[in-house]
Amino acid sequence: MFLRLVYESFRRQKRRKLLAGLAITLGVGAATAMIAVATDIGDKINRELRTYGANLVVTPQEDTLDLQIGGVDLKPPSDGTYLHEGDLPKIRGTFWHHNIVGFAPMLPVNVTVGRGGRDVTLLGTYFSKQLSFGKDDFLTGVRITHPWWRVQGAWPDDNSQDVLLGANLAAKLGNKPGDQIEIAGRPRRVSGTLSTGGAEDAQIVAPLSLAQQILGKPGAVRRLYVSAMTKPEDALARRDPKTMNPELFDRWYCSPYVQSIAFQLQEAIPHSHAEQIRQVAQNEGTVLARIKGLMLLVTLAALLASALAVSAAMATAIFERRQEVGLMKALGAGDLPVGALFFAEAALLALFGGVVGFAGGALLAQQIGRSIFGSRITVEPVLFPVILGIAVLVTFAGSALAIRRAVKFDPVYALRGEA
Amino acid sequence: MSSTSGLADRRAHVPHTSMFLRMLMRAAVLRRGRAASALLAMVVAAAVVTAMLNLYVDVQAKLHKEFRNYGANVVVIAKDGQTLPADALQQTNSVLAGRGMAVPFAYVIARTNNGQSVVVSGTDFEQVRKLDNWWSVTAWPRSERDALVGARAAAVVSPQSQPFDLSFQGQTIHLNAAGRLSTGAAEDSRVYISLGDFERWTGLQASTIEVAVSGSPDEVNSGVQRLAQALPTAEVRPVRQIMEGEARVLGKTRATLLAAAALIILTSALCVLSTLMGWVFDRRRDFAIMKALGASERLIGGFFAAEAAALGAVGAIFGFGAGIGVAVWIGRVNFHAPVEPRFNVLPIVLLGSVAVALVSAAIPMSVLRRVQPATILRGE
Repeated sequence: MFLRLVYESFRRQKRRKLLAGLAITLGVGAATAMIAVATDIGDKINRELRTYGANLVVTPQEDTLDLQIGGVDLKPPSDGTYLHEGDLPKIRGTFWHHNIVGFAPMLPVNVTVGRGGRDVTLLGTYFSKQLSFGKDDFLTGVRITHPWWRVQGAWPDDNSQDVLLGANLAAKLGNKPGDQIEIAGRPRRVSGTLSTGGAEDAQIVAPLSLAQQILGKPGAVRRLYVSAMTKPEDALARRDPKTMNPELFDRWYCSPYVQSIAFQLQEAIPHSHAEQIRQVAQNEGTVLARIKGLMLLVTLAALLASALAVSAAMATAIFERRQEVGLMKALGAGDLPVGALFFAEAALLALFGGVVGFAGGALLAQQIGRSIFGSRITVEPVLFPVILGIAVLVTFAGSALAIRRAVKFDPVYALRGEA
Repeated sequence: MSSTSGLADRRAHVPHTSMFLRMLMRAAVLRRGRAASALLAMVVAAAVVTAMLNLYVDVQAKLHKEFRNYGANVVVIAKDGQTLPADALQQTNSVLAGRGMAVPFAYVIARTNNGQSVVVSGTDFEQVRKLDNWWSVTAWPRSERDALVGARAAAVVSPQSQPFDLSFQGQTIHLNAAGRLSTGAAEDSRVYISLGDFERWTGLQASTIEVAVSGSPDEVNSGVQRLAQALPTAEVRPVRQIMEGEARVLGKTRATLLAAAALIILTSALCVLSTLMGWVFDRRRDFAIMKALGASERLIGGFFAAEAAALGAVGAIFGFGAGIGVAVWIGRVNFHAPVEPRFNVLPIVLLGSVAVALVSAAIPMSVLRRVQPATILRGE
């Protein structure tokens, strides 16, 4: 009898059930999409923050001082020690290699350009170099670590002898992409001009092998810029690893703090010193925390709005059925069976709306991820039972007051239609 | 409604506006519970929408402020082989007119007592401290001849933080190592002294001004243009690394927030719709009685519309107040700065609320219009 009542109620009152079900579906959909976006936004914004470029720099341990003013390197070329290029792929073997978006080695060399003999800094680097570590093939270079660099013409191939001219230097020399230019006594092809808004605008940027060849030191790298996704700094991150006990050290080592990634880079590359670039590393933590906090609060607002929509729809649906309650009570039904009937209906609605809403919300989250961030937002499967539970709970909470009032209402008044 | 023409004639002589108002008032008072729940839905929906709109407008300014922590977004440097004009800093400051900050830097390569080369920079410590707040400094210099020594430079000039001498073109300066500086970038290899000391020692002036222009990308670009006009002998260039990163992150955040706001507004509108629809449906008996007593459909329609509009307007005004409160709270919790209340959001919220309320009244009305009053009154 109970089941038949529930079944008939769904069969005969399609309009009301549709409205309440729609409210639940939309509410759950909005909540699912917002939770999925809010949980993933940290990762997404972290990736966007990599637009600021490298947040770690690796230098030789026994390096002499840089003598750089306004991007002009005044250090004598033979000075200082170097990192070894062959060690670089080992970065892919570190614990947090998934968080390392890319790296770019730098080797500045002083050269003379053209017949006039102008002294210019030539910067050797990777543009988009194919490297492999074990079975793992990957691309890395300035096109990943320095995304604000703009090239007019074409990027040189990493295995060629072509160069990029800084935009200001190209204007001074009067060279265009495709020209030949004499660098360190040999003609090279200019594949494009480079504009960075920084020191490189007055330099020549060339494949690393060309710089090593000019310097006469194969395999030499002066500096290595690493761009890594990190976790905002907290009290643990700032502690000196030497003072930690083994357990704490493991926790520190296994968190993607910029400090622990620096520590691991030093382990991977012999005779190196890795340091965070504070301008980038320190600020991204604050920006990330602000945006995550904002999305969390907005998600709370979305949850509140959905909960309210669901409970308002349920309350309305039940309030409209006072006469039905009156009839049931007049026929001798107790408060309990009447309440149970309504709760069973609410639960069915919540489950149905919850499943459809969850699917719709997951789709919506994907759509948001694709259109805004150009990458997928994955909805954790764990979320499904949680969302469904919340949907049932909110539906019950929304119905409870209306059911109580409907049950308490005198059947005589209800049947006469006097509200 | 030909049977009611006599009634309408009579009614034309009686001012029924007061009756209309009285019915509205009585409807609100007699059905307090239902009216209150509909109003509550309206208030909460308007509050959430107001908070979202306020945040959406304000978040850009708030985040721009956070992004200024990345330091200078514009650099003014002397063109090749020239120095900046003596009044370059004043010119820059007058162009900025308080909407930003400018810090001068001067550089030379000096020699230590044992013949090593080191880059020495003169600057304004008070300003640098504000502009580059990622600098990790043990102690900022306070008095004359105090120097801030970069972490790597320290190993060369003053390993034990002892006082040291530097010479440039035969002039020697005696400096106290007041603090250590660590940034992970070129600054680590330099020694920083105050611009006054620098000028007295080398006779040279600032060659670079780092500028943080506040505001949106358009404001920064116009700032760059005005600076270039004010300082024709210098090169003014935006720092692309900083500008592009900011534009990208901010754009994505705003887009996400917009999507969230759209979702929330839709859900809130639905909440109001379902509550008000239920409310109007619930009153089909009033509708039937009025119709049976000879009220025209236009009058009944007007009555329900006025009720809905009044509910929408009152809900929107209370909701606006509550929503401003929520926005201010979020601003304080998340950005540690209050969100400015935007009163230009009020008309949008007000119009939106009234529109949604009218739509929610219109749907059940169009259903009820087709039903005979007798059917409703019999309770079928």
